[in-house]
Amino acid sequence: MRIRSMLGMIAVALGVVAPGLANADAMADIKAKGVLIVGTKADYRPFGFLDPSGKVVGFEPDLAADIAKRLGVKLELVPVVAANRIQFLQQGKIDLMIATMSDTPERRKIVDIVEPNYYGSGTNVMAKKSAGVKSWEGLKGQKVCLIQGAFYNKELQEKYGVEGVAFPGTAEALTALRNGNCVGFAYDDTAIAGELQKPENGDYEMPLTSILVQPWGISVKQGEKAFADFVSKAVIDWHKTGQIVALEKKWGIKPTKFAEEMQAKYK
Amino acid sequence: MQPVWDWFRWLNQATGINLTIFYDAFDRTRFASGFWMTVKLSVICIVLSILIGILGAWAQGSRHRILRGAMHWYIQAFRNTPPLVQLYFFYFGLGSLITGVTGPLVTNVGWAIVSLSFFAGAFNVEIFRAGIEAVPRTTIEAAASLGFSRWQTYRQIVFPLAFRISLPALNNNLINLVKTTTLAYAIAVPEMLYVSSQIWSDELNVPVMMNVLLLCYFLLVGIVVWMMSRWERAVRVPGFGV
Repeated sequence: MRIRSMLGMIAVALGVVAPGLANADAMADIKAKGVLIVGTKADYRPFGFLDPSGKVVGFEPDLAADIAKRLGVKLELVPVVAANRIQFLQQGKIDLMIATMSDTPERRKIVDIVEPNYYGSGTNVMAKKSAGVKSWEGLKGQKVCLIQGAFYNKELQEKYGVEGVAFPGTAEALTALRNGNCVGFAYDDTAIAGELQKPENGDYEMPLTSILVQPWGISVKQGEKAFADFVSKAVIDWHKTGQIVALEKKWGIKPTKFAEEMQAKYK
Repeated sequence: MQPVWDWFRWLNQATGINLTIFYDAFDRTRFASGFWMTVKLSVICIVLSILIGILGAWAQGSRHRILRGAMHWYIQAFRNTPPLVQLYFFYFGLGSLITGVTGPLVTNVGWAIVSLSFFAGAFNVEIFRAGIEAVPRTTIEAAASLGFSRWQTYRQIVFPLAFRISLPALNNNLINLVKTTTLAYAIAVPEMLYVSSQIWSDELNVPVMMNVLLLCYFLLVGIVVWMMSRWERAVRVPGFGV
């Protein structure tokens, strides 16, 4: 009996809350509040990181600022990590998420990912400049450090014939690279870009063209069609005006094929 | 062999038991090479650790204080620290110091052999010491009275007897050594656990591969146990028991 009455209460509570969710117009709410709350990374240089004064800056905070400007409201940035970013969006702690999230069918089921994709990351290698890595084919039979369980491991070994040396984490793989246990470290190109900006990695480079490009998506809470459309227009505008390419340059990111192709597509 | 591989492909379609290590050529090659690497690691480390044990037990009874002290500290260092920490120490710590012009002098496989052999060797020294101490004092005195030198007594009388006494404890340690080779996974030595984890993260057949691993190790350790117990029986001295 108690369980049944509790279930009843939950059902009533959901009944009260759910229509509220469905009818909410995020855009109107944001304008009324005068603040747009965006979740970005704060530990993923140069896409979102802390500057010496403790402010979150980077590629994605710049994009967030642009959306806020278009809405005519102030911007508030909330640092998120991969493990909590979707929950933050679902719980309404953030209105918009621009946090290096790959666009996957599973994620599309739980949040609304804005079309088109604003950026894409691929797989590349970080290698010592003196190693003279020139092409993926040139890595055939060479030792390449990997992260255990990374989705690109099989393709690199099977298709490109590299001899993979996979470690449990990034720190181990980077140490092995520094110790000369492998000629290169295959990893996400945007993360390598961040590594290369650290002063101790001055001798390293990212010499290849990225492969296995995965698009990234900005997302809004499920059902926020009007808001998603608004953001979508902004993204198309970014590609059209070359803003993404300009931001790559501003933050010292090696120009990606993805940004180039998107610019060509929407021109 | 093609019909066999096709049968495993059919098994996957029919039952969901996804044994890519049979029907996918790439996975088959890497699993076989992983299995082989585990066998190689085990055999080399068993031989080296037994050698370390024999020499170490001899050094422990040496008249030289420095040699005895060194042995004592070697055993303390390797017995009192986890083998995974030792592997990390050798590969990342020592490995970064020992580099040649073109790169590291010792590969990850090399460090795994060094680290695992010294680890198991430390235990073997203690196992052999226990065996040596079980050899009756009177036997050694008899050898001395017959004019045997210390090394001759050790080689021809004490060690052969001590070895027989030590065998059961040695078996335990060697079985543990075979199982400990899985730790080499952490420094990317492509042994069986390492390749299996590569395969299950690519094919998402984690439960199946876990079972395969369990069976493979059961088989490998079973072979070691079988060989060691045969050896034990072969060298048994009737009437000399413990």
